[in-house]
Amino acid sequence: MNLETIVKELGLEVRCASESLKNNVTGGYTGDLLSDVMANSHEGNIWITRQVHQNVVAVASLKEHAGIILINSCEPTPDTLAKASQEKIPIMVSNLHAFEITGKIYNLLEKKD
Amino acid sequence: MVVSKKLAMPVQETDHTAYKRSFYIEGGNFNYAGIVSTSIKSILKQMDFSGDVIRKCAIVCYESEINVVSYARKGVVNLMIDPDTIKIEVVDEGPGIPNIEQAMQQGYSTADQKIREMGFGAGMGLHNIKSYSDAFIISSELGKGTRLLMTINIKQ
Repeated sequence: MNLETIVKELGLEVRCASESLKNNVTGGYTGDLLSDVMANSHEGNIWITRQVHQNVVAVASLKEHAGIILINSCEPTPDTLAKASQEKIPIMVSNLHAFEITGKIYNLLEKKD
Repeated sequence: MVVSKKLAMPVQETDHTAYKRSFYIEGGNFNYAGIVSTSIKSILKQMDFSGDVIRKCAIVCYESEINVVSYARKGVVNLMIDPDTIKIEVVDEGPGIPNIEQAMQQGYSTADQKIREMGFGAGMGLHNIKSYSDAFIISSELGKGTRLLMTINIKQ
């Protein structure tokens, strides 16, 4: 399943790098501790987080995540947006909280299999 | 893992070192945190190392880089590649670690509130570095700094 499908199904708002919405999503990881995400997430994951600062882009880029979803309608800071656009990592915003958006994405990915 | 309370001498380039490059890290500047790790990852990708090797290098390098940015005044990362191993050496000028055994424990951290709010300082960094290195040497001297040497085997 690609990001575009997830964006449509869940009504996510795309904030940058919409050219990368064809990225394939291999799974997801939910977390706000950067070391935890660094150690345990995988390439192609969609990362669900509350962190809005620019260091999330470095982690997502190093781990080759498909994209980042910010929860609770949190907005990325301007430098986060600039870096993510440069790295072509889509940042999407959801008005749902972490548990809910994670569950919905999990169900979407499971349904596809 | 080797632990030393005296700051060890920097690792020396040998006749077998096929590639060496150094990178500078500015302490306290989170705007550029991760930039060295990103550069090293892209070099290793261009050299066509396996995904597993690159993943391990990226994790140990990123965690070390964040430690320098969080705690030290400045630091240098030396990337050395020989036929069997990739070595990543991180040497910083900073306060040093008073108790290395304690710092290695998962969950132990001296990070301040500002660092924790960004999602760092959870006491996982050194633990992750040890877990993802095939060999790990740490030495630190109070008032001088800390040196980490992570070795990743090219054949996993």
